[in-house]
Amino acid sequence: MIIYELAVKGRINKAQNISTTDTLNDIPQKLRRKKRAYLPEVSELQAVRHYTQLSQKNFSIDTHFYPLGSCTMKYNPRACNSLAMLPGFLARHPQSDDSLGQGFLACMHELQDMLKEVTGMQAVSLAPMAGAQGEFAGIAMIRAYHDARNDTARNEILIPDAAHGTNPATAVMCGYRVKEIATDKNGDVDFDALKAAVGPQTAGLMLTNPSTLGVFERRIKEIAALVHAAGGLLYYDGANLNAILGKVRPGDMGFDVIHMNLHKTFSTPHGGGGPGSGPVGVNERLLPYLPIPVVGKKGDTYRIFDEHDIPQTMGRLSAFAGNAGILLRAYIYARMLGKEGMVRIAEYSTLNANYLMKMLEQAGFELAFSNRRATHEFIVTLKKQAKELNVTTLDFAKRLLDLGYHAPTTYFPLLVPECLLIEPTETETKDVLDAFVAAMTTIKKEAEQNPDKVTQAPETMPVRRLDEVRAAKQLDLRWPAKENNA
Amino acid sequence: MSTIPSGLKYTQSHEWIELADDDTATIGITDHAQSLLGDLVYVEIPDVGQDVAAAEACAVVESVKAASDIYSPFSGEVLEANEELADTPELINTDPYDAGWIFKVRYHNKADLDELMDADAYAEFAAKEDH
Repeated sequence: MIIYELAVKGRINKAQNISTTDTLNDIPQKLRRKKRAYLPEVSELQAVRHYTQLSQKNFSIDTHFYPLGSCTMKYNPRACNSLAMLPGFLARHPQSDDSLGQGFLACMHELQDMLKEVTGMQAVSLAPMAGAQGEFAGIAMIRAYHDARNDTARNEILIPDAAHGTNPATAVMCGYRVKEIATDKNGDVDFDALKAAVGPQTAGLMLTNPSTLGVFERRIKEIAALVHAAGGLLYYDGANLNAILGKVRPGDMGFDVIHMNLHKTFSTPHGGGGPGSGPVGVNERLLPYLPIPVVGKKGDTYRIFDEHDIPQTMGRLSAFAGNAGILLRAYIYARMLGKEGMVRIAEYSTLNANYLMKMLEQAGFELAFSNRRATHEFIVTLKKQAKELNVTTLDFAKRLLDLGYHAPTTYFPLLVPECLLIEPTETETKDVLDAFVAAMTTIKKEAEQNPDKVTQAPETMPVRRLDEVRAAKQLDLRWPAKENNA
Repeated sequence: MSTIPSGLKYTQSHEWIELADDDTATIGITDHAQSLLGDLVYVEIPDVGQDVAAAEACAVVESVKAASDIYSPFSGEVLEANEELADTPELINTDPYDAGWIFKVRYHNKADLDELMDADAYAEFAAKEDH
């Protein structure tokens, strides 16, 4: 039900009514609307109930275990929120003079420094507004680097087949061809395939490490040497940075450019509640091309650097200081953790993933890479259940909703058939992990003894199984407004 | 178990190829491939007259689970593409080897044919990949 369906004509909510005095309105008469806006006429209480009840239908990290692989759905500490909402931050106008926002700029400068240190890069720009924009900035900088050297024959970006779909999309957006590199049977990049693919046409390699297969790329140093020897650069996709935070640094692995997802690793709001934030870090090679704005410091004064300070910049990615409120939350999170705390994030997220992986294996689930230690996530494959019982990963995912769990990532990465990519994160207790294993065990038994229970799921949700084909083919997003109200 | 017609040739990326006598071939994806992808919702076909290179992506199939590239087994020129798939991508699910064909190519290089598998070799390949 949408709120317009609750509306009754004339049910005006006086307390929330806006004043209609015209004195300060300088919009020319011809530009003003002739008819009143069509708004739902409901009481204040109806509006409150409507949206509260909608929110109760949500699965969110505040209500449920949310082990969505490669998404790092962890708790967003309330302290980050309340400190970012201090009046001095909230009331700061983005166009006010730098001299009036020294506190805010100092926080941003410190955040740049902390991100630099924890990733081993030379400089960081907070400008990209989300992970995909961070990727775009990163590859655009690689392009700018080659162009500046007149090395323009390089037209190809190498991407392992385990990568997120955003990687090839980014490369194409930046005018490159994509060459896919196969994965070997242990989940590492197929080194021989990479060797065969690298050449004078290689502009760079985009790599996620740990990969989306939930394993650490063991030959990363050799890979970096190989790509660099051919004149290409290395791009680090920070999707899975949580697993190695403070333990290993992408800069030390040989990466030239990296993006981070603050909404994952640094625990700012994620998913529908975003917005995201995708800062980029670079080493010395790419320093001149950093996206603007960047917060700089001259003497004791902080100020926003723009194209005058960074003339070769790949471009401006945000009008003001990126997603400022989100950056503040990440800053506070990083300050609360400190250096030691960041290391514990890597340790506990990895410990939780390995514990959950072993427990599920003991419960009879098949692991995609049983001979590998998990990073912060791991893959279970249900191909046996799909083949023998006709109960698929999608069925398991839907049944998990009935049992009170948001499903893990399904059918990604594409390399592993019928897979669940499971990421518990460091913020869950052992009790929660044990309860999840119990739920998975219950579903496994149901699939064997009473498969309809699983294939017909969900049964307790507001809607039953949705027709995904129809949803994809016949988009119907508009609620028809009734004439008499218009 | 998926069907693998014996008269066709196959690739490791799960395309089937029906060779005609006049250096042309019809290409689609195998029953095994469509069953892995699940219900298709969108197909992007190549342009008629477009030049394609061997092992290069020239079409896309998208299902509720994933989007996947279709590779041309040959270098050559696209002669025809299955326009029906725009409105009814599910033809690939229901009839992968006939009504679900994707495009036709005139190939330039006969040597490209040496890379293809016959039905037995593909059956073995698909079974191995399953493990």
